[in-house]
Amino acid sequence: MDWNLFVIQFINGLQLGILLFLLASGLTLIFGIMDFINLAHGSFYMVGAYFCATLTFLTGSFVLAALIAVGGVFIVGVIVETTIVKRLYRSDHLDQVLVTFGLILVFDTLVQMIWGPEGMVIPLPAVLDGQFEVGSMVFPSYRLLIIVSGLLVAAGLYVLVMKTRLGMLIRAGASNRDMVSALGVNINRLFMLVFALGAALAGLSGLLIAPITETNIGMGNGIIILAFVVIIIGGIGSIKGAFYAALIVGLIDTMGRSYLDSLLKLFMSVQNAETAAPAISAMLIYILMALILAVRPQGLFPPAGAA
Amino acid sequence: MNSCLPRTLSGIVYTGVIVVLALMPVFVQLSGQIFYLDIFSRIMILAIAALSLNLLIGYGGMISLGHAAFLGIGAYCVGIPVYYEIYNGWIHLALAIVACGVFALVTGAISLRTKGVYFIMITLAFAQMVYFTFVSLEEYGGDDGLVIELRSEFGSWLDLEDNIALYYTIFGVLLLSLFFVHRLVHARFGRVILGSKFNERRMQSLGFETYRYRLVCYVISGIMCGIAGLFLGNFTSFISPEMMDWTRSGELIFMVILGGTGVLFGPVVGAGVFILLEVWLPQIITFINGLGLGAKLPHELWHLIFGVTLIAVVLFGRGGIHGLLTRKKRP
Repeated sequence: MDWNLFVIQFINGLQLGILLFLLASGLTLIFGIMDFINLAHGSFYMVGAYFCATLTFLTGSFVLAALIAVGGVFIVGVIVETTIVKRLYRSDHLDQVLVTFGLILVFDTLVQMIWGPEGMVIPLPAVLDGQFEVGSMVFPSYRLLIIVSGLLVAAGLYVLVMKTRLGMLIRAGASNRDMVSALGVNINRLFMLVFALGAALAGLSGLLIAPITETNIGMGNGIIILAFVVIIIGGIGSIKGAFYAALIVGLIDTMGRSYLDSLLKLFMSVQNAETAAPAISAMLIYILMALILAVRPQGLFPPAGAA
Repeated sequence: MNSCLPRTLSGIVYTGVIVVLALMPVFVQLSGQIFYLDIFSRIMILAIAALSLNLLIGYGGMISLGHAAFLGIGAYCVGIPVYYEIYNGWIHLALAIVACGVFALVTGAISLRTKGVYFIMITLAFAQMVYFTFVSLEEYGGDDGLVIELRSEFGSWLDLEDNIALYYTIFGVLLLSLFFVHRLVHARFGRVILGSKFNERRMQSLGFETYRYRLVCYVISGIMCGIAGLFLGNFTSFISPEMMDWTRSGELIFMVILGGTGVLFGPVVGAGVFILLEVWLPQIITFINGLGLGAKLPHELWHLIFGVTLIAVVLFGRGGIHGLLTRKKRP
């Protein structure tokens, strides 16, 4: 077995997991606290990437561009929340699905009209755009940066949610929204903050991946489904659940794609294994989700006291 | 009083739609606008799919965001046999019914254990699973899709290669589906489904096993949508995983909402308006640009109008088009 390849695949899996966590943490809070399905959450992921691409060309610095872009997506989140989403908190889920589906169309088209149909490449500073060696192992620097910055954000989010007053209100909201409101908390402002914070995290996730994949229209529409799987596995409303589930999903998906065929070859013919492996590895995380839903419908780590 | 004639505005409009659909090939022959035969074939196929989804959403309160999967499975039930040079349409049909039925039974049995948001998400996830499975099946074209060289053969009396024959076959299936759904929702079965949408606990205390009724409803709906997929495959002669992308499922829901949920004829009108908007909006933009008013409108604008329409219908247009047609005038 090629250990360096294994380590690289493991890093890729972790990186996917971290990106999923950034997307899913906002989604799970919006879901858990506002009881709102946001299909358009992936649009913030896309907008973050495009903001960052343009700003990198304007400022010449990827890091500076990333910081401004996250702020920009936060503002976009505030605008979307106050103009449209706010009206739908009390509506049924069907309406939420449809409106946010419409929002996806609007965002995809706006992005195409502003930035054009071609993808954009974000150039990385030389420090990040390479690899470094430890002994005989080679690591891609930028992917490690994604993992480290994602972990830092996760730690920051943990402090925010567990140690601050705002976090206390967020947790209380996820467990019992009506009670929080009855205790005199300005629930509208809390909702707006959580929504925009979630949007900003999604934007961060999108701009982190953009230097690797380029930006493209509808880039959020695929990964958002994975994020939904993550929050279902983790338990809706739970940041901790989202974190573990994101890592599990990221690793299983990446490792499945690289190693399932070798695994299958142990007990079936080479040709059958090579045909079956791609199909099965594509299904792996959905099978996992179905299993978890069948055994623990509330997810692995449901928020305390949530019904 | 002649009870055979429609008396309400909505009744008149719906009868009109059926008459228009029945006479469309004649219009096409006279005017030479072959284009519209294609468009209305597509409308009717999607109407059957939306009809089956309405059974879940409108009558059963089960919001499935993965219905396009059945459309895709149905289409591949034509594509894959044709790939192996099996052209018998009855085999295709049997395959589509079995494949969609089994898929609906298995995924439905799991999904229906959940409620609300979880149900939406899990149906979506299962559809994605099918999508990625077909993407990874290199043998059948993977991402690039599969060309269907010859259409299903149902015997010498029906030649689907003839577009008009295909049109009337789809028309016939649409009428059958409408009749079937009508009978189904007015039967005891339909009453139980509708009852458990509004008050499940009450239906259970009356002794109905609502889970089983829902599962049967889910399977029926899946098979119906699979049959629509069979015709979609025959009609487009090209199938790819893209036709079961989750945004396609979103579009199907939009058709149901646009026409009016829980209304027998709603999905037909919804599918019609949806497809015609999709065809006409770009044409209107091209037309406006052709007037030479200076600033050119970007072509993608129609997508934007589409999205805004969707949001507006939900926020302001209660009950879809059916709601508009049946709205009482204030005295």
